Amino acid sequence: MEPMSTKILVTVKEVAEVDDEFEISGLDVDDRYLEYDLNEWDDYAVEEAVQLSEASDDVEVVTVTLGPERSEETIRMALAKGADRAVRVWDDALANAGLLDATTKADLLAAVVEAEEPDLVLTGVQAADDSFGATGVALAERVGFEWAAVVNDLDYDADANVSSVRRELEGGVEELTDVEGPAVLTIQTGINEPRYASLRGIRQAQRKPLDVHTLDDLGLDASVADSPVTLTSMYEPESESDAVVWEGSPDETADELATFLREQGVVEG
Amino acid sequence: MTVLAVTEHRRGKLRTPSFEIITAGRDLADALDAELHLAVIGGDVNGFADRLNRDGVDAIHTVAEGEEFNHDVYTQAITAMAEAHDPDALLMPNTVNGLDYAPAVAGALDLPLVTDAVDFDAEGTLEVTREQYGGKVETTVDVEADAFALTIRPAEWPVAEGTGDAEIAPFDVTIDESAVRSSVEGFEEVGSGDVDITEADVLVSVGRGIEEEENLPLVEGLADALGATLSSSRPIVDNGWLAKNRQVGQSGKVVTPDVYIAVGISGAVQHVAGMKGSDTIIAINTDPNAPIMDIADYAIVDDLFDVVPELIKQFGGQAPS
Repeated sequence: MEPMSTKILVTVKEVAEVDDEFEISGLDVDDRYLEYDLNEWDDYAVEEAVQLSEASDDVEVVTVTLGPERSEETIRMALAKGADRAVRVWDDALANAGLLDATTKADLLAAVVEAEEPDLVLTGVQAADDSFGATGVALAERVGFEWAAVVNDLDYDADANVSSVRRELEGGVEELTDVEGPAVLTIQTGINEPRYASLRGIRQAQRKPLDVHTLDDLGLDASVADSPVTLTSMYEPESESDAVVWEGSPDETADELATFLREQGVVEG
Repeated sequence: MTVLAVTEHRRGKLRTPSFEIITAGRDLADALDAELHLAVIGGDVNGFADRLNRDGVDAIHTVAEGEEFNHDVYTQAITAMAEAHDPDALLMPNTVNGLDYAPAVAGALDLPLVTDAVDFDAEGTLEVTREQYGGKVETTVDVEADAFALTIRPAEWPVAEGTGDAEIAPFDVTIDESAVRSSVEGFEEVGSGDVDITEADVLVSVGRGIEEEENLPLVEGLADALGATLSSSRPIVDNGWLAKNRQVGQSGKVVTPDVYIAVGISGAVQHVAGMKGSDTIIAINTDPNAPIMDIADYAIVDDLFDVVPELIKQFGGQAPS
């Protein structure tokens, strides 16, 4: 019998992080105050996939990204950490669409899932920027895969294609669940320790395949980006803070805090 | 017109978001001139329905299927219920389990979905208020549709009170067992161990601002000098620098000490959920706009690496070098 091969598709999003001080221009934070990076949750998903590929032969890890050319730096980082190849989907129709909601993202990713036919799809629980937290489960529903959201432990049986997972519920409770494959698992931070890319990994990543697909390549048209959900405003929330701010040099502020704690009887001495 | 809101329970108990979603659902129903219906799926559905029958609820549909949450059962039951009652709005909690079925239900019903609402205005076009970039900005998202699905953030709406006169009735649905391809095998409490941070009178809590594991002794030194207990936000536990039993927040422990000193913690909503009940909150953070400042009673806007050693000195300790 031929050895079973396993393909794991990992969604990789490039997200913007905002500086402490920033300005909003139009419907987004001004680009001068944004730094782009691999979404933290996806970093854990990539690591989980790479660890599975290292633990057995014949596991291929493919990343998929919805994003402009700028995101290739982030994609190369995922490749440097051990993914085998990458797919990037972008199109003028998407660039002009504004907000991509969960339905649109699921439709786009579904086209890639249908082409790649993975056994397992790992996504981050959410993206650090818009934090919808819905893409993974929406994708699973769209392609008819089983799923589990907010997974912080994964034991994958490749032969049976069953994932035994722990889902991190609220209040320090974990749910132990078995999920039949093919499945989409949304990965929570803390499931593993994401590696740093090695210099060797970064060199190798430059030679790994990174295929770019337009909507047309995927058999989709611009209507995929049509959505009744639109972003109409962005603003800095009014501060609700009524904190007493102790001012001064560190020794002065420390003295204020210490005096306060003594007066409250919190500490002796 | 109908608003259908889905409730949540775990291990025999209704969870608080179930009572908050009644309040949010009533607001939405008033704006839409609609009835508020609740869905109760699994567990002691009749007992749950009695307790959920509060002011403003018009009808409660029960599905006695399974003891615990299973997303395949929930997805099928809610989809069938929506097809039967044709709600204009489907409201679900933005909880770990809510996010395990809401996108699937919205997909199956072809409804637009907006998650993690902190506010909404449904007079006219639905306008949903959400946060972005970890709470640094708020956004308004419009939904131009006859029907929509929305998940609401816990602890943003008050729990509903009073006694309602809802009609409680079983909803007849046949679950396709072949489409139930996940099974819950059990639960486990995590985060017990040598220390119980929920018992502490004073907590010194450390967050991402500590940057490196080797800097941790600085904050441990402060806790020691104060005779306080050390706790942390999520990233510290994710990194494996402290054990899970030290974690404050939604997925960790809910704490209510006399004094909570947040050192280098930005105050993500999941963290705040675990410590906002503290009597006095003191924040040490370089960012004056960090969300932690919204709930802090006292603050030092400065570098923790400058302030904490001075604090330790104040209490006769020696900062680790």
